[in-house]
Amino acid sequence: MDEASTRETYGKTLAELGKQNEDIVVLDADLSPSTMTNLFAREFPEHFFNCGLQEQNMIAIAAGLAASGKTVFASTFAVFVVCRCFDQLRLCVSQPNLNVKIVATHGGITVGEDGTSHQAIEDLALCCALPSFTVVVPADAIETAEVVKAAASSYGPFYIRLSRPKTPIVYPKSYHFTLDKAMTMRQGTDATIIAAGIMVAKALEAADILAKQDIDCRVINMHTLKPLDEATIVEAASETGAIVVAEEHLAQGGLGSRVAQTVTRKKPVPMEFVNLGDRYASSGRAEELLQRYGLTAGDIEESVKSVVKKK
Amino acid sequence: MLNHSKISLESTPQGNRFNLSIAEVKEMAKKLRRHVITMIATAGSGHPGGSLSAADIVTALYFKILHHNPENPHWPDRDRFILSKGHAAPILYAALAETGYFPLAELSTLRRLDSRLQGHPDSNFTPGVEMSAGSLGMGLSFAIGVALAARLDSKGYRTYVLLSDGECEEGQTWEAALSAAHFKVDNLTTIVDYNGIQLSGRTCDIMNLEPFIRKWQAFGWHTIDIDGHDLNQILSACQEAEKMRGKPTVIIARTIKGKGVSFMENNVAFHGKAPTWEEAERALKELD
Repeated sequence: MDEASTRETYGKTLAELGKQNEDIVVLDADLSPSTMTNLFAREFPEHFFNCGLQEQNMIAIAAGLAASGKTVFASTFAVFVVCRCFDQLRLCVSQPNLNVKIVATHGGITVGEDGTSHQAIEDLALCCALPSFTVVVPADAIETAEVVKAAASSYGPFYIRLSRPKTPIVYPKSYHFTLDKAMTMRQGTDATIIAAGIMVAKALEAADILAKQDIDCRVINMHTLKPLDEATIVEAASETGAIVVAEEHLAQGGLGSRVAQTVTRKKPVPMEFVNLGDRYASSGRAEELLQRYGLTAGDIEESVKSVVKKK
Repeated sequence: MLNHSKISLESTPQGNRFNLSIAEVKEMAKKLRRHVITMIATAGSGHPGGSLSAADIVTALYFKILHHNPENPHWPDRDRFILSKGHAAPILYAALAETGYFPLAELSTLRRLDSRLQGHPDSNFTPGVEMSAGSLGMGLSFAIGVALAARLDSKGYRTYVLLSDGECEEGQTWEAALSAAHFKVDNLTTIVDYNGIQLSGRTCDIMNLEPFIRKWQAFGWHTIDIDGHDLNQILSACQEAEKMRGKPTVIIARTIKGKGVSFMENNVAFHGKAPTWEEAERALKELD
């Protein structure tokens, strides 16, 4: 598969949006060469504020700008914006329902060598616990551009999680993203893999391997964790009778927990989960870490086989 | 929830529409203090001390300084008042009710289920409340965002933010202080209600802030040191702040916690305790 950087796409998309909408303001906390908001800053220096190493200040400034009519994008690494600023996200953004888009790069363990302090593995659980937030994890660069545009044109708080490494392209250029509709990437009847972010490409890879073993897997890209497309989950549970959820996140509170709530309430079927469990990872190259911590196509393959047996 | 993108475009005349005389502001401040006592006694909980210390500042702002229109709380050109020390919500509600944002009768619903007057300010519920507050140390940052938006839109409105001295113990306040100077935010007036007392004791004993003025100056701010109960000083400090160009201004308003009620003055106990009915009656008599 071809690969592209989701954060570079983010920066380019922001710069495009700046030309169309003069109410867009972008904030960053000293990481704009990494989050790529510098591509916007270069074009619109007056609408860009580097808040330095003041993430909490940045989020509350974002809220003040949004309360005054601005569409605000605020970026830094996922671990800093969510874990450090949770109270600011809660009281300044979520509770008053302000138009702030948190676009966090370097999500998950694929941050790699920087290690545990830089690996956001609980960010999705925390953001899903913020009423009024929309939470999205794009699968590739093409989807990232669509998601960023959708966030700019819809009112309310967003959390968008991007990755550090380049991500395999899973969509054609013509792809059009719909916020409240999950994307079925591949049809299948024996089991369904529901994934988000970088795990979508792994799920497709697993489905290819399983097809050779006569297991016909459906693959759903659940790009939006909140609000959740429950209809697509119920349909998959009814038609395939088994579900595996794969995510680059802790076991608790992320996509797996959310899908399980829907499945148990609306159409109980056997489930398996591919995630980090309840532990921190470590330093290493991204692919090495995915192997070490059980987030490969092979891990998904094993989970599908085990869930199919429970049917 | 309110959709802040749907703001009214109507206009209103310039200047403070009440523009009371100094003597009238003084009387009004007393009246607002009486509301505070009655509201908190009725609710049976709340924070009287910090509302009473801020009463003269808040009254001066709403009845003499702010360009605002109670009939149109979202008027885009209004001056913004941001109460960062959210526990002083009662004095803000009293000012909003007396200026006509909502009926005076609503004051007695403070902290009750289904009331628009939440325990701490909530911009979803209350007309005229600019920011949801109550977790300390966030208001100055929020106010910087509001002030930067005015600059981006070339709007002439001014933003006022009221901090407590206690919340200057929060690290975020100093992040904001650095950034306001760095971004040269001069369309923002910051006022610190320096009453010297926080929940569990005197600020100087809990977490000493001194040398306080020198700290703000070192962070690049213009500072004005006033008696926060002297209306002439409050007005002239606000005028001075408005004239300052290229750097932010902080008014250190030296106040007395519980000001106006003898047994609450400088009394740590009344930071976060409602008066009994008997105490409330004594307080109201003193404020008559």
